[in-house]
Amino acid sequence: MSLGKFKFDKKIVLSFWIILIALIIAAPTLLPVFRLNLLGRYLSLSIVAIGVDLIWGYTGLLSLGQGIFFALGGYCAAMYLQITSSSEFPNNIPEFFALYGVEKLPFFWEPFKSPIFTFFAIWIIPALVAGLIGFLVFRNRIKGVYFSILTQASLLVFFNFFNGQQKLINGTNGLKTDVTQLFGQMVGSEYMQRIFFWITAILVIAAWFFAKWVVRGRFGNILIGIRDDEPRVRFTGYNPVIFKTIVFSIAGGLAGISGALYTVQSGIVSPQFMTVPFSIEMVIWVAVGGRGTLLGAILGAVFINYAKSLVSEALPASWMFIQGGLFILVVTALPEGVLGWIQGDGPRNLLQRFGLKRKIETYPSLEVNNKEGNNE
Amino acid sequence: MELLLDSLFNGVAIGSVLLVAALGLAIVFGLMGVINLAHGELMMLGAYTTYVTQLIFKLPILKPFYNSYIIVSIFLAFIVSGVVGILLEKTIIRKLYGSPLETLLATWGVSLILQQFVRSVPLAYGTGLVISLIIGLFLPTTFPPKIKESINFKYFKFSSWILAALTGVLTGSVISSTVSKLSRASARNVDVTAPSWMRGQVEILGTAFPKTRLMIIVITLISVVAITLFLNQSAWGMRIRAVTQNRQMSDCLGISTEKVDIITFGIGSGLAGVAGVAVSLLGSVGPNVGGNYIVGCFMVVVLGGVGNLLGTVLASFGIGIMTDLIGAGRLLSIWPDMPLTLSNTINFFATTSMARVMIFALIVIFLQFKPTGLFPQKGRMVEN
Repeated sequence: MSLGKFKFDKKIVLSFWIILIALIIAAPTLLPVFRLNLLGRYLSLSIVAIGVDLIWGYTGLLSLGQGIFFALGGYCAAMYLQITSSSEFPNNIPEFFALYGVEKLPFFWEPFKSPIFTFFAIWIIPALVAGLIGFLVFRNRIKGVYFSILTQASLLVFFNFFNGQQKLINGTNGLKTDVTQLFGQMVGSEYMQRIFFWITAILVIAAWFFAKWVVRGRFGNILIGIRDDEPRVRFTGYNPVIFKTIVFSIAGGLAGISGALYTVQSGIVSPQFMTVPFSIEMVIWVAVGGRGTLLGAILGAVFINYAKSLVSEALPASWMFIQGGLFILVVTALPEGVLGWIQGDGPRNLLQRFGLKRKIETYPSLEVNNKEGNNE
Repeated sequence: MELLLDSLFNGVAIGSVLLVAALGLAIVFGLMGVINLAHGELMMLGAYTTYVTQLIFKLPILKPFYNSYIIVSIFLAFIVSGVVGILLEKTIIRKLYGSPLETLLATWGVSLILQQFVRSVPLAYGTGLVISLIIGLFLPTTFPPKIKESINFKYFKFSSWILAALTGVLTGSVISSTVSKLSRASARNVDVTAPSWMRGQVEILGTAFPKTRLMIIVITLISVVAITLFLNQSAWGMRIRAVTQNRQMSDCLGISTEKVDIITFGIGSGLAGVAGVAVSLLGSVGPNVGGNYIVGCFMVVVLGGVGNLLGTVLASFGIGIMTDLIGAGRLLSIWPDMPLTLSNTINFFATTSMARVMIFALIVIFLQFKPTGLFPQKGRMVEN
């Protein structure tokens, strides 16, 4: 995998940014509300994809349980919104409690009355949970496939817990946010959705820069080292457990932010966010976009979800086939993803195959050494 | 005493479904280091095979033998899931050898396709497709060696595939015209009804046990014994064990690791099919039926380790008995006058879903002490 070998021209980069910012500012007026809302949701999903790229693309940890942290963030946001707009209901607690005969607010809802606590909880709680799960798993040098299935099992555990506890968090029905109030405005209103879109767009860019900062320098090098040869990293004197735990909780925090943004834009958070297929889908966005590229994760999340909604509107049955085929195709034929293919030698090889570009003659040894020692 | 027996039986019944489902997964994981996320869907294929067999046995010609359909469907399910597994190995998994995470994702893709396949293709034509796969894959291997070694073997292979396709289409249309329930695609769940000799209960030591559960325990017992005998007594079993222990060395000593991979994957998938028969006796059969069991199977593999089948057996019965103990709140009835806080905690976990939460927590705690499962494979490598 070649990371950052290919650099775009500075002018192209600048014009890319100008166009991007112009599009973000203009999108709310150009798009109808329905499409804008969809785009906002997909953009918020791209934040969780950045996290997946950090842990999978850079560190080689395939987590099939990012849905846990995604949903935790969503629940934090939804609990705050439910509490602040519960003044007209009996006992001043959210409406659904009355259905199950609960009269007193469960203790863990109390802190969510404060907006400041909620602001921090949205990303700190998922990050802490991720850190704990990660530490317990990494400490025992459990890795590879074992790690993947353990994360999947913990996902199912969280799903079962949230699904079964009606009296605590409304169980399988989830928490609605679109009819709640925030700063005197209805969360589901057009005005608020527009604002949420802008917040999402800004946060996606912020998350991208943050992730770039994380993978730059020595920290990023160690992550890549862990991916490529963990024992060697350990023998060099680094403790991979710490680095893996840190990057896993960073990804968890990003997932939490993403979940909160997704919740306010989709109007509900429910245990459905913690189903197994959804968490694996997150991985495929990154795989298609190109792992280890960050930008690929964002583009993958947005485009695949957009394609999903278009295909599902037209031919509902065929999306499963397409998605399944996509998994197989991207893994067998395009392991670097689309962006990785473009940044790497993909286009040149394609042109060569059709005889449009002359083959570059090199010594065989030069070609081997050019792979930056990443050839496994 | 009676209560304890009841609890033990329930636990063993839950555990035996887990065991027969996890057995194939554990063997494949031990050999190739690959977790097959489509394992649940192979179970689903087995369950649907039972359904199709049941309907075919209701035809006038086979009606006298109707009571034995469940025995026939065990073998058919083994073959159907095994063949789909072999196809999977030949087309996808072999290409991804050495990258288990990629295999995980690819098999997830396969599982999505299989799920949608049973939803949108009529079962009759699905049966036809499977039959043509069986013929296409196995007919070439039955040719005499003289033909196999000749240069024109590819033409023989090609013509046998054409023959296979024709047979498949033919059987598909025959089934769809005779059995009306199989001629239309539907996403709805279907029901397998046990034959009359399997309904009702048996009394052992004064406690009544449902016969279907006993049947599942018998199926599991036979599968485990058969697999143990195969692995320990047959030549191919020895080769499989050799490759599991050291792939490169076995390759050097002339064992065809490619063939070993195919055979193991076929057997592992076939066992998933047998598990599907067991599952179809417990409830209705739908495209998602495998997903309910698959994570339990993974837990069995993680807990049992890969070195030894005994680990798989102990792990699945352990999980089964714990599920029953926690999920049905049996500790309360065994020890009625425990402190209030403790009994409240036990009541909190006394549902099926909360029992899963508890068991997962216990497994994670267990892994803190034995990270590679009950019976880890011994080696001197840095990895593993």
